[in-house]
Amino acid sequence: MNQPNKTNHSPLPGGIAARQANGNTAAGLSWRWILLLLALAVGLAFVAKGYHLFQATMVLAYAIALLGLNILTGYNGQISLGHGAFFALGAYVAAILMEHAGAPYWATVPAAGVFCLVVGYLFGLPALKLEGLYLALATFALGVAMPQLLKYKHLEAWTGGVRGIVLMKPDAPFGLPLTQDQWLYLFALLVMLVMFVIAHNLLQSGSGRAMRAIRDHAMAAEAMGVDNRHYKSMSFGVSAAYTGVGGALSAIAVQFVSPDSFTLFLSISLLVGIVVGGVGTLWGAFFGALFIMFVPNLAEKVSKAAPWAVYGVVLIAIMFVMPGGVMGLLRKLKERRSHRAG
Amino acid sequence: MDEFLHQLVAGLATGGIYASVALALVMIYQATHHINFAQGEMAMFSTFLAWALMQAGLPYWGAFALTVVISFVLAAVIEFVVIRPMHKAPELSVVVVFIGLLVIFHSLAGWLFGYTIKQFPSPFPSNAWYGSELMSAHQVGAILVALVMVALLFSFFSFTPIGLALRAAAQNAPSSRLVGINVGRMLMLGWGLAGAIGSVAGMMVAPVVFLDPNMMTGVLIYAFAGALIGGIDNPVGAVLGGFIVGVLENLIGTYVVGTELKLSVALVLIVGVLIVRPSGLLGRKIVTRV
Repeated sequence: MNQPNKTNHSPLPGGIAARQANGNTAAGLSWRWILLLLALAVGLAFVAKGYHLFQATMVLAYAIALLGLNILTGYNGQISLGHGAFFALGAYVAAILMEHAGAPYWATVPAAGVFCLVVGYLFGLPALKLEGLYLALATFALGVAMPQLLKYKHLEAWTGGVRGIVLMKPDAPFGLPLTQDQWLYLFALLVMLVMFVIAHNLLQSGSGRAMRAIRDHAMAAEAMGVDNRHYKSMSFGVSAAYTGVGGALSAIAVQFVSPDSFTLFLSISLLVGIVVGGVGTLWGAFFGALFIMFVPNLAEKVSKAAPWAVYGVVLIAIMFVMPGGVMGLLRKLKERRSHRAG
Repeated sequence: MDEFLHQLVAGLATGGIYASVALALVMIYQATHHINFAQGEMAMFSTFLAWALMQAGLPYWGAFALTVVISFVLAAVIEFVVIRPMHKAPELSVVVVFIGLLVIFHSLAGWLFGYTIKQFPSPFPSNAWYGSELMSAHQVGAILVALVMVALLFSFFSFTPIGLALRAAAQNAPSSRLVGINVGRMLMLGWGLAGAIGSVAGMMVAPVVFLDPNMMTGVLIYAFAGALIGGIDNPVGAVLGGFIVGVLENLIGTYVVGTELKLSVALVLIVGVLIVRPSGLLGRKIVTRV
């Protein structure tokens, strides 16, 4: 995969992704396990309280966003360093719809997804010409510029400018005997399930195969009749939609959006998330989400600089020691065990 | 008209700084075909070092020289320790490592020197003869420094044997090895030069924007835009591009979109250049055989 010809900038992800090219990670887990995990997740709503439930909801929101970034970077080989921008867009769409249009919270989530799908698709069209590093560069600039765009004074009537928008937490519907936190968590869990199933099916389908083919060798894929243009911008759109849905959920959970919650640090967090979880894996999103939810919080207790430091060290260390992330490590352990058994 | 001239000149001054950072980016791109996302934070860290040295009692130029040397060594070491083992790794891994470096330098600066905004002195006295109504002495100085750096680099690459070897190593590593060039050392040298150039840029920008760990993020984006406009593989083009971006940023910021959207100007410039003319003004078009 690694051609010595350095002038070729085709986004060959080679190693990391190719090693886990068999995207059927979800199928790798049996139904029994999936049901058990699901039962545990639902059970959590009745065990955890208040702030912990909020954290769990955020983990789900991040997991959806990471799934989106992984669809683009892990499965389609397009590097994005600015996905925080789509997270922000999703959050703002949800907030603006609730604040100004009086939309119910549950309707804002798909709306955010659709909006980000369109924006992502449009951003993906010119991005087609940007291969590898250049796309990373353009998205990096997008991530840096996003807070400024959100503060733009002519949008202030909608976005609330620097002050942002404060939201109300939704009540449980149908008179269900659930607290707001419990309901929101269960709602996020439902959204996550739906998104996860869609992603799984998408990646297993012909489209998913085309996306991976483009990642592994764009030109060969083109020669085989894969429409690079269509699939690459579509991947960008779908990826942005996922991240936007994650953003919308997080906005509802946090009950507040402001430009300064969506800085470059968020984009970097998302990158850290997929690297930790495993590039090009579905389940890695959960490990990544747990990591970016809890580790910075813990690190912040040490010093203000610590969350960044931990991120930096983890990024470099993982690239050197276990480029497959947590999922890669788990797979390796499993292989070793089955090797020993056989 | 006066206002316009003022903005134009101010644009040239910031353009000089963008040009310097763009130059550093081009150095690394030429040597290794990587885009150094950590360049801005490395420069910021170097500037903090200079600040610390001055706090310790060194005179400005002493601290300046020492910082350039330290930054050179630091960047060369980074190449050797972190980047070289990655030279066969896929693109994504390299980008991730660069982002890791960015984050580490950011936190290191915050941890060692604190997040409070600090004043950084300018070496050019405000009442110097070259200062004027239109252009402060520091602005003139910053432009001159950028021009001197590009002249030095240009002569280094064109007229010295090491410069030639460096270019050869960047262009065709295997053949260079065959004629006895130590390619690894050349890459370290390229990185070191980039680190040194970045540190100078940092020390030039710090008196204007004040010193804090976030000072280079915006500058880096403009430098990206500058390097792309000029052609990412051409040092002269990068400097030209840096100046163009500085002027455009100021003029568009003043007359079209307002100062709050200045960063978006850079974003539009980056995407625009990449779409319309990916090789930049002076860059070589790369045609690959498949």
